[in-house]
Amino acid sequence: MQLDLKTIEVKQRRQTFGHIARRFGTDRPASRYEEGTYDVQAVEHFHYRPTWDPRFQIFDPNKTRVKMTDWYALTDVRQYYYATYNIARARMYEAVERNFDLVERANLLDTVDPKWLAKIRDVLVPLRHYEWGANIVNAGITYDGYGTAITQAACFAMADRLGLAQLISRIGLTLDNGDGTSLDGTAARWTGEAKFQGLRRVVEDMLVVDDWFEALLAQNFAVDGIVHGLVYGAAIPAGNALGGTPVSLMCEFIAEWRTDSAKWIDGVLKAAAKDSPENAALLAGWYRTWRDRALEAVKPLAEGLMDGAAASALAEVAAQLDARAARLGIA
Amino acid sequence: MNAINSGASKKRLPLKEKYRHLTRGLHWDTTYQPMNKVFPHAAYEGIKIHDWDKWEDPFRLTMDAYWKFQAEKERKLYAVLDTFAQNNGQTNFTDARYVNTMKLFLTGVSPLEYMAHRGFGHAGRQMAGVGPRVACQMQSLDELRHVQTQIHTMSHLNKYFSGFHEFPHLHSRMWYLSVPKSFFDDAVTAGPFEFMTAIGFSFEYVLTNLLFVPFMSGAAYNGDMATMTFGFSAQSDEARHMTLGLEVIKFMLEQDEQNVPIVQKWIDKWFWRGHRMLGLVAMMMDYMLPKRIMSWKEAWSMYFTEAGGALFADLARYGIRLPKYAEVATAEADHISHQNWAIFYQYTHAAGFHTWLPSDEEMDWLSAKYPDTFDKYYRPRFDLWREMEKEGKRFYNMGLPQLCSTCQIPMGYTEPGDPTSIAFRSSKYNGDTYHFCSDGCKDIFDNEPEKFSQAWLPVHQIFQGNCGGATMEDVLKWYKLDGDNMDYAQSLDKKMWDEWQAGKNRVSG
Repeated sequence: MQLDLKTIEVKQRRQTFGHIARRFGTDRPASRYEEGTYDVQAVEHFHYRPTWDPRFQIFDPNKTRVKMTDWYALTDVRQYYYATYNIARARMYEAVERNFDLVERANLLDTVDPKWLAKIRDVLVPLRHYEWGANIVNAGITYDGYGTAITQAACFAMADRLGLAQLISRIGLTLDNGDGTSLDGTAARWTGEAKFQGLRRVVEDMLVVDDWFEALLAQNFAVDGIVHGLVYGAAIPAGNALGGTPVSLMCEFIAEWRTDSAKWIDGVLKAAAKDSPENAALLAGWYRTWRDRALEAVKPLAEGLMDGAAASALAEVAAQLDARAARLGIA
Repeated sequence: MNAINSGASKKRLPLKEKYRHLTRGLHWDTTYQPMNKVFPHAAYEGIKIHDWDKWEDPFRLTMDAYWKFQAEKERKLYAVLDTFAQNNGQTNFTDARYVNTMKLFLTGVSPLEYMAHRGFGHAGRQMAGVGPRVACQMQSLDELRHVQTQIHTMSHLNKYFSGFHEFPHLHSRMWYLSVPKSFFDDAVTAGPFEFMTAIGFSFEYVLTNLLFVPFMSGAAYNGDMATMTFGFSAQSDEARHMTLGLEVIKFMLEQDEQNVPIVQKWIDKWFWRGHRMLGLVAMMMDYMLPKRIMSWKEAWSMYFTEAGGALFADLARYGIRLPKYAEVATAEADHISHQNWAIFYQYTHAAGFHTWLPSDEEMDWLSAKYPDTFDKYYRPRFDLWREMEKEGKRFYNMGLPQLCSTCQIPMGYTEPGDPTSIAFRSSKYNGDTYHFCSDGCKDIFDNEPEKFSQAWLPVHQIFQGNCGGATMEDVLKWYKLDGDNMDYAQSLDKKMWDEWQAGKNRVSG
């Protein structure tokens, strides 16, 4: 028989875990983001040091020059834990799936100026390797970072960048009608063609940055800010004038992702800068270095995509990024 | 019409070809920075890889497909968790004693899922081949899923029961939890290939049926629908993990003959480490589940002796043999759960869960399942303790045990073939003596003394005054225990459970 539980008194002894209650100073109900994130990473009594680098503990706040009063101040404003992250991305991808379907079914690429499509193939498609570099950088932070707040978000960024690399590849496959010819030579072009070498050098240099927080800022704020700002913020929308709307449709996921990712990284940098003037100065120095390098590196790509409009577009991208950095206190 | 698209019909690349474009096609050999600086941990373990392209992707999952499948699974899982909470599903457990298995899980196992997440992040950064790197990255994500779904499931139990509220804290401080913690600390401080052998292969492939399955089946048998659901939901992830673990081993063995002895040594080490840690599961299966699934001995026979035997027969063609001391582990299956439960019964005053003596019926079950050992060696001890309980002298051992320097379990295990003598082994290193519970643990230490001599041994630390103070009370306070310890009979859990049952009886009249 069915028991009527309403008449049984089921009294709660507590609302949340002890470490969460101590953080809030009170035992109040906690969100799934909070319970799945705060203090989940061990901080004490590590048994052995890494065999590849015994200078550090397994998780060690000294792997970066940034100092935080509380590493869990670096929360993700999107409040992503595993479930909400995957559900958000699946939803975004559903929309882009419809866009690809529309572009392919209605042969919408036939309506685009072939010169614009040639540029997409020439410049945008090889940039899948840029995303792949970003995947590796963020994988490194997933291990090297300190505290679940930052490392889980880095893990999501790692997955995002594999996703972006694959999405760009898929744009290539749409351009070449699925025979793969647009993708065959991209690695050779990325490593050999003059216009990519500046950016590739920046990417490879980011792969060997020792300080994980510097790598986090360089990749997800400074260099992305310039590269993505140029390609997806300036060039792709400008291509709409050449009938490029179908290309914009295929890039919609990336546009939406940029807004989403910026919310996260901006929140993190702002919190780190706010924690001390030393942090703010350190971050500002890193920002300046990597922003300048990226700006120099993408010039030939800007010209490849935007011809005569390149210089003013890049100046605008840089100005916007500087304004963003100023808002976060790292200019 | 433009040249790129005109008139062309859509050619579909074969899936394998397409997946190659979407993963390996992304790779380039770096030149501005040398490859050995970009992947600095790829070579120092001595594993030789000549051709990463020989890697066969065991599953071809693109990121968008991953998001789609996993999002769907999460929607379903969280719907069940919400329903369970709303309906107070915990009142339908077989008995509140069952909840102690989940305390062991949240404090002992879930933090390992977290470490696996970070460890696979490391492997997913350092593996120089794209195929395994992507697979490791997805496993890193999966492991984050597991720790978080487990926390979210247990979050509801935490509102009612003892033993959950300080899980990360306990994992780093509680004496017996240094067993699982040191296990995973050991794995993540190894290089990426040893990590994959330790976790991907030995743990996920060889031993997972002896860890995950007993807990999830135990949940199903004891009315814990929430735990059972996350268990089922994790199964398709686990299937991927097992495939990856086996693939990595085969890849290393196929790449170079000189890899074989290195891999064999790792298999020997991680089998024994895994076996020691699973002693906690053994006691859970035989003593803690109100409704039992099968005995530890039966599980060991089915999952290790038979399934593991077939696996190692298959690996023989690479020159890999059964792990060293496999026969010792099999012989121990007759003893280990009883010896472990006895340790925890004595030290419950300093533990984060409750213990109890088996009932008559449960002792008869143990006799039937362990005809060669239970009545002869273990029943008399429980009988004696029951007499003491009746006299109001429930036995708590107020001394502190010596710990094995490798597995960190109290030195209570017996000599192979002689269940009445405690086994002691020792080694000297840098002028100090280190003690071990077994030949397996001594070998592991002797192979890497510089590593294992670093261990944070809880009993040593207590004696050195690093755990809150000089008295037992100080230490328990430092653990932040709050009614979580002592015998089940006097627990808050039991009191609450009895009230719920009384309430139910009133309602059903």
